[in-house]
Amino acid sequence: MKHVNDESRQSADLNTADDLVARIRSVRDGETTTADRLEGMLSRIAAVNPALNAFHEVLDEDARRHAESIDTRLAAGDDPGPLAGAIVAVKDNLCTTEGRTTCSSKILEHYRSPFEATAVARLREAGATIIGKTNLDEFAMGSSSENCAWGPVRNPHGVDRVPGGSSGGSAAAVAADCADVALGSDTGGSIRQPAAFCGCVGLKPTYGRISRYGLVAFGSSLDQIGPIGRSVRDASLLYEVMAGVDPYDATTSELQVESPLTDGPLDLQGLRVGVPREHVTDENHAGVTERLAETLDTLRSAGVTIVDVDLPLTHHGISTYYVIAPAEASSNLSRYDGIRYGHRAEARPGEGLESLYARTRSEGFGPEVRRRIMLGTYVLSAGYYDAYYTRALKVRRLIKQEFDGVFSQCDVLLGPTTPAPAFRVGADLDPVSMYLNDVYTVNANIAGIPAISIPGGTVEDDGDTLPVGIHLQAPAFAEPLLLRTASAIEALQSNG
Amino acid sequence: MNDSDSNPMPSIDDVARVATLSRLALDEAGLEAARRDLSAILGHVAAIQSLDVDDVEPMPRPQDVVNRLAEDEPGPLLDREVLLRMAPRTEGPFIAVPKVLGEGGA
Repeated sequence: MKHVNDESRQSADLNTADDLVARIRSVRDGETTTADRLEGMLSRIAAVNPALNAFHEVLDEDARRHAESIDTRLAAGDDPGPLAGAIVAVKDNLCTTEGRTTCSSKILEHYRSPFEATAVARLREAGATIIGKTNLDEFAMGSSSENCAWGPVRNPHGVDRVPGGSSGGSAAAVAADCADVALGSDTGGSIRQPAAFCGCVGLKPTYGRISRYGLVAFGSSLDQIGPIGRSVRDASLLYEVMAGVDPYDATTSELQVESPLTDGPLDLQGLRVGVPREHVTDENHAGVTERLAETLDTLRSAGVTIVDVDLPLTHHGISTYYVIAPAEASSNLSRYDGIRYGHRAEARPGEGLESLYARTRSEGFGPEVRRRIMLGTYVLSAGYYDAYYTRALKVRRLIKQEFDGVFSQCDVLLGPTTPAPAFRVGADLDPVSMYLNDVYTVNANIAGIPAISIPGGTVEDDGDTLPVGIHLQAPAFAEPLLLRTASAIEALQSNG
Repeated sequence: MNDSDSNPMPSIDDVARVATLSRLALDEAGLEAARRDLSAILGHVAAIQSLDVDDVEPMPRPQDVVNRLAEDEPGPLLDREVLLRMAPRTEGPFIAVPKVLGEGGA
């Protein structure tokens, strides 16, 4: 199988030796410059993006200007911020004032946002250089980054494999070293599943921790922005820069943001790690099961207490999600009507507004987006609202209560991020099979709790060696616990 | 997986109605494909019908957040010219749309 990492840079073992934190330090120490690092990555994008299709748009001129200004400030003894020297890729459903924001949809093909997402603005203010906008499943609806208006994204670990989705472009960009870190969004697993498939770290913070202002809305009660990086401390650094209350997003929490890793990795001695029985099943890929067992052995040796816990509502999560998320999407996407911005169908003589709306939307949206709008409209329509939507909202509370109960038995939860490694591009899964990719990740969105995927080794699948992820979940707003635990596990892995 | 007795699958008429509400223009083949997809997904989703939720409060957001109100003060606005440039069709300082009145055979 063809890899794009066969040359000098190996991404299968992303770790702290060459992560963002180390790279920023090398810029600060004068070993290299932001501009030189940027040129290296632009060359790399030029070399690998034709195969990967990870980027929609490379913002080379803007990035060069920015990198130069960062280097000038550093040379003058200024402090441009904690992300000075960082090269960041941004998922193309986050509004940026530079470049287009397409959401991988024909309906927004030429859209240029007049404002910038708070998360992106905070990265820039902290000194980050934005290198480009990454490909995704249209409006973040998918688990393979194949539902894209301009072609699928490919996995750097094997270009006939999907990178996962919906933040597949962001994960592929980091894995192929086309960016130090990238932003994704996660509505049901869209940061963590691609991070797992591409061998990266992916963090979905607590709902309300990072402002959603400027994130093109999909499922407003589920969406969170988060980082994809090479190490836990990379994810932690970006999280800290982006997190906190924002007057433009009334759902952001006023709770103070703590620096997650100030006290270093957690001492694992005595930590109670819960492993949901429902996440350790025969339905998992054999390699996933083996890697998980090895991780648990390593943790036991480090003094962790492994607790078997029950999350019997695990499999109701997907059902609940596929009512709530499409319901919210059908409402959010009703704004795309071709009137004020975006694609508009050619008007036909004598045609009225309703017909123009319908033709515009049918031309502009791809099949998966149309499917979810229809599903959402159905579950919200008279006669079905209570049976589906209200009921799903009730099950959501049960899922939340189930987590609350389990977190009285353990400190964090641990399991596989996905049941199996990356599948092949064009596997043409039916919608329900595709949705089941998110079986272990989706409940964190339903309950709003933070979760992270860290590399969990590689597995053999049909002749290919592919990365898989370890998934950790913690109570709401317990990012410091989550990240410190993840960092400790990462350290054990690199020592092992 | 598919309990068709307690969860009747949508008819073509149901799907056509949903397409209208969704403001999507689907031809006959599109409606049939949508009916097939919706039936499969709703068949899976029907699993939640088996749970006892009678005494459970619906939870629209993951946290029981309190609404925050902003002070009613004028703030910066996006530039009108910038917004107009985003519109697909304009006439002078206006966004052009097809005629609205008299639609639907009224």
